[in-house]
Amino acid sequence: MPIPLTINGTARQIDAPEETPLLWVLRDELGLTGTKYGCGVGACGACTVHIDGEAVRSCQVTLGDAWGEVTTIEGLGTPDALHVLQTAWLRHQVAQCGYCQSGQIMQAADLLSQNPNPSDDEIDAAMSGNLCRCGTYNRIRAAIHDAAGQMQEASL
Amino acid sequence: MSRIGKITRRAFLVGAAAVAGGVAFGVYKVRQPIPNPLHPEEGSAMSAFLIIDQDGVTVVSGRADMGQGAQSTLAMLVAEELDVDWESVTLAHGPASAAYYNKAMLESAIPGADYNQSSWLRAVGESLGEVGKLLGTQITGGSTSIKDGYEKMRLAGASAREALKMVAARRLGVALDQLTTEGGAVIAPDGTRLPYAELAEEAATLEPPQVEPRRRADWKILGTERPRRDMLAKVTGTESYGIDTRLPGMKFATVRMNPYLGGAMRRFDPAPALEIPGVEQVLDIDGGIAVIARNTWAAFQGAQAVEIDWAPADYPADSEAIFATIAAAFDDSPNSTMRDDGPETQPGTEITAEYRLPYLSHAPMEPQNATALFEDGALTLWAPNQAPLVQQRAAALGAGIDRDKVTVHTTAMGGGFGRRGESDYSNLAARVARQMPGVPVQVTWSREEDMTHDLYRPAVVARLRGVVEGGAAKLFDAQIAGQSLMAQVVPRMFGFPGGGPDRSLVEGLFDQPYRIPSYRVRGYTAEFPLPVSFWRSVGSSHNGFIHESFIDEMAHAAGRDPMDFRLELVRPESPVAAGVLEAVREMSGWDQPRRPGTAMGVAMCWSFGTPVAQVIEVEDQDGRIRITRGWIVCDPGVVLDPVNLEAQMQGGMIFGLSAAVHGQITFADGAVEQWNFPDTDGLRISGAPAIEVRALQTNPHLGGVGEPGTPPAAPALANALFALTGTRARELPLDRTFDFVL
Ligand code: FES
Ligand code: FES
Repeated sequence: MPIPLTINGTARQIDAPEETPLLWVLRDELGLTGTKYGCGVGACGACTVHIDGEAVRSCQVTLGDAWGEVTTIEGLGTPDALHVLQTAWLRHQVAQCGYCQSGQIMQAADLLSQNPNPSDDEIDAAMSGNLCRCGTYNRIRAAIHDAAGQMQEASL
Repeated sequence: MSRIGKITRRAFLVGAAAVAGGVAFGVYKVRQPIPNPLHPEEGSAMSAFLIIDQDGVTVVSGRADMGQGAQSTLAMLVAEELDVDWESVTLAHGPASAAYYNKAMLESAIPGADYNQSSWLRAVGESLGEVGKLLGTQITGGSTSIKDGYEKMRLAGASAREALKMVAARRLGVALDQLTTEGGAVIAPDGTRLPYAELAEEAATLEPPQVEPRRRADWKILGTERPRRDMLAKVTGTESYGIDTRLPGMKFATVRMNPYLGGAMRRFDPAPALEIPGVEQVLDIDGGIAVIARNTWAAFQGAQAVEIDWAPADYPADSEAIFATIAAAFDDSPNSTMRDDGPETQPGTEITAEYRLPYLSHAPMEPQNATALFEDGALTLWAPNQAPLVQQRAAALGAGIDRDKVTVHTTAMGGGFGRRGESDYSNLAARVARQMPGVPVQVTWSREEDMTHDLYRPAVVARLRGVVEGGAAKLFDAQIAGQSLMAQVVPRMFGFPGGGPDRSLVEGLFDQPYRIPSYRVRGYTAEFPLPVSFWRSVGSSHNGFIHESFIDEMAHAAGRDPMDFRLELVRPESPVAAGVLEAVREMSGWDQPRRPGTAMGVAMCWSFGTPVAQVIEVEDQDGRIRITRGWIVCDPGVVLDPVNLEAQMQGGMIFGLSAAVHGQITFADGAVEQWNFPDTDGLRISGAPAIEVRALQTNPHLGGVGEPGTPPAAPALANALFALTGTRARELPLDRTFDFVL
């Protein structure tokens, strides 16, 4: 029985075992490879996507349990229509290898949607589940502050 | 320049490299040209580094991107000479070819401390570097990409520019010196613009003109802030890493190899795996199994379900026995004595200490993987790797075919840190693919398989003896024991023995710019087959800690400020190294009153051609310790790509601190005890200090930036912890001893 799921605004019928984690449905069944595998145990954040706007670890949510609309990095913004966070990431040249950055950006988007002007401590609290082995943390912090400022300006 | 003489177009690269070296020892084979490996279907290959077509300029580098940004910096070197808009430059990784051999990597293999190499020694090193192409060391590592490319890429750009101008001059009937270049076109005095794309095909047929690269004072791109060309893809999820390779009809697979590393597989039962939905096949791949499935997750589940009887490994079974075996090497004669200055004793106060550092995994964010297709007796491989020719060899062995039947595609890497200079993942993918002719298969390791089947940063034991007198160091005697990296890596990568004195065991210890009357460094190697390999800064990662922690102990014994103590020893030996210490002193406010409850530690290490000094500040927060701030000063000689340099220095420090705080691989009953990030983590944003970076440019030689940021981090932290708590850390990781706010 195919399972219905809306991903990046497109309704799909997914023909995969319902216990398959969402991460692998996205990557291997649907070819949405922007979401990354890092640990498979909810410890690194590389697989972060949104379900109904809330950041979740897609390696920890099965296809059968996905309770709402899924947004991945591909749905957040595109090279031609960047999300404000992606623009800030570019401006601050955040990525090194870049492998963790889809997850970092998805997590940061969740943070800013709840807290439009986070302090350093609030950034730390929200982002500490996202590991970056390249050590891009200083620039991540700067880019989040920058994006928060841009969003506030835009809303004025 | 005059020494180049006439060289053919095909030989151009080699000729240029020889010029960069400034020496040619007349080794005929070494000077033999290598065929240009690029055969673009459209556009003209100007050299192995440059393709010009309608879409603009593609800079092909033999260096891979694992996050360090070297491709972008290499492209800046070309663009500086070629007068193209930075935005129109595309980057590509070249095919596996000896044309991209890494000369600087071989150069760093010569004995002697980098900071005081004479020009003569450098010349020998450079001629050794030429041999690199015979060995096929197309390697990204050793912080050598930019050193290697600095001359080559600029000459490639300059030569192409002049060839394009020659064609334009002929077509327009204008004298060559009347023409200028700008924005990807040759400009005539009357304003006529001839785009490079229209000139390239003819230009590629010319003998490349030999021109000097531009003077540094005239640089417009180098040394300025330029966005990395790969950034857009990396922030939109559209960069394609090895693990993102998708081919029509591709199967997903994983492997499960013997946890007793290198041991055999006695027997296995695939039945439980084949019951799992999505699992299609279980293959015997010699020493372990592969599971083929509809997706990677099903493959992981299947691999766990297979029942396997493993044969034991051939090394001591637990960490205690392993360390005892390492320490027993002190009883043999030394493998190397790379520093042996002054008498064996000095009058004064003597202190001794023993340091012990664990094995470390690399744990790049992207787990090991490779994708392979075996068809008509040939193998095509897509692998995120730092050494394509090494992959080619390993994949050929895995598929049981000749090397020339293997095509290697190097993808972007989700981190490397030395792990991807190895080739086990390509070998295993080839073993799987040969059993599935005509079917492309992606072999992804689980994080657990990756962490438990790494080739680890060697564990070491060091015995130190120091003498201080009148506030100064009189004697520094270090003996270090560990497995020989080279004895393992050289045969594994290239297929010939790698014995002899192992520089990697003692680098960062014997080659530091301190003037101490008695200065002695001996290395002792323990041989057992626990897999070890390169790791970001390798020997300097453990020796930076040992050297700089013990210097701190000596400063304390001498009753001196650790910064003053160091500077007095360093100044007479190297003004460049003293410069980074003085700058970090000023930048960190070392001499200002400290905030209450805080302390600072300093360390300096010269590695990969670049001295780096770091200060770390720690703060007592209700009995727990926070790493609050870090300062880094480096001197790579020339700053080519400042944005990326800062990133590499910050990343290098975080990498070093992560290992210092959390990093360890231990063994019990023959197997690795750490399986995933919860067992041996990296620093998170909440535990990472705010870091300031400054780069000086007084070093007369160009140094690397990818690795030198790592070695001083751990000792700067340990020295700060000593200053705060009075507890000296002589074993890592630090989270065993200290309670951090992370
Ligand atoms: S892969 Fe999901 S948290 Fe690491
Ligand atoms: S940029 Fe490489 S892991 Fe974060």
